[in-house]
Amino acid sequence: MNKNRPVNLDISTIQLPITAYVSILHRVSGVALFAGVAVLLWMLEASLSSEASFEELKELTASPLCKLILWATLAGLAYHMIAGIRHLIMDMGIGESLEGGQTGAKIALALAVITITALGVWIW
Amino acid sequence: MVTAVTSFGRSGLYDWLIQRVSAVVMAAYTFFIVGFIFTTPEMTFDIWQGLFNQLWVRIFTLATLLSIAAHAWIGLWAVLTDYLTTRLMGAKATALRLFAQVVLGVVTLTYLVWGFEILWGA
Ligand code: HEM
Repeated sequence: MNKNRPVNLDISTIQLPITAYVSILHRVSGVALFAGVAVLLWMLEASLSSEASFEELKELTASPLCKLILWATLAGLAYHMIAGIRHLIMDMGIGESLEGGQTGAKIALALAVITITALGVWIW
Repeated sequence: MVTAVTSFGRSGLYDWLIQRVSAVVMAAYTFFIVGFIFTTPEMTFDIWQGLFNQLWVRIFTLATLLSIAAHAWIGLWAVLTDYLTTRLMGAKATALRLFAQVVLGVVTLTYLVWGFEILWGA
């Protein structure tokens, strides 16, 4: 490979299409989820180790800060999963055209907004 | 170019496939847990513990944990090999990336052992 080939990846000079936003958010949410796993495991542990810790967890998740952390974690999961399922659908050859990709991106974004809002309502 | 030695399945095709299979397992598990929570009117400790006392649920949970480990390794490898490159980071890029991968590996292993303990410990 020619090491001196020109590269233009100065993102600030590029107009990002909607598909690019869906893609980068999928990446960001994936990285964030890796930390989110710790939150979920911690909750699983607290919920299963004893009845007392189960109740404690219930009380704890009533605090605004815990609600926020939980919401952020679940929002990351929801977004990543929806965009991930879009990936799997496209892997099956559906919606691979430019237009199809854009439509899929819009559907994924809309579904994500609805799901994340619903999660917020459910948590609060 | 990045070497394949630090990829998960030692080949892009394997990684691609494992990434998909693990995604399906995790998605199925998420739907399962969310479905259970929403079809249970009043969640109590007994109901919740009863769910995880079943062997198949523990195995499903463990399969999900293993999927998370493989999926996160492959996914984060893709991210690291995009940004921790000599073009962006200079000569130290490879050392930096290997260090990051070791750290991520330790965290992943911790998740696995921790999850195993939650399921089968105590
Ligand atoms: C909780 C655990 C999860 C973590 C930590 C995680 C993390 C990641 C990361 C870091 C990437 C790489 C993103 C990139 O290269 O831009 C990725 C890719 C991917 N994730 Fe996840 N993910 C998780 C759960 C899921 C779930 C539940 C799905 C369900 C559909 C999913 C579907 C995908 C797919 C299809 C890709 C491949 C994208 C590609 O090839 O470009 N992930 N994940």
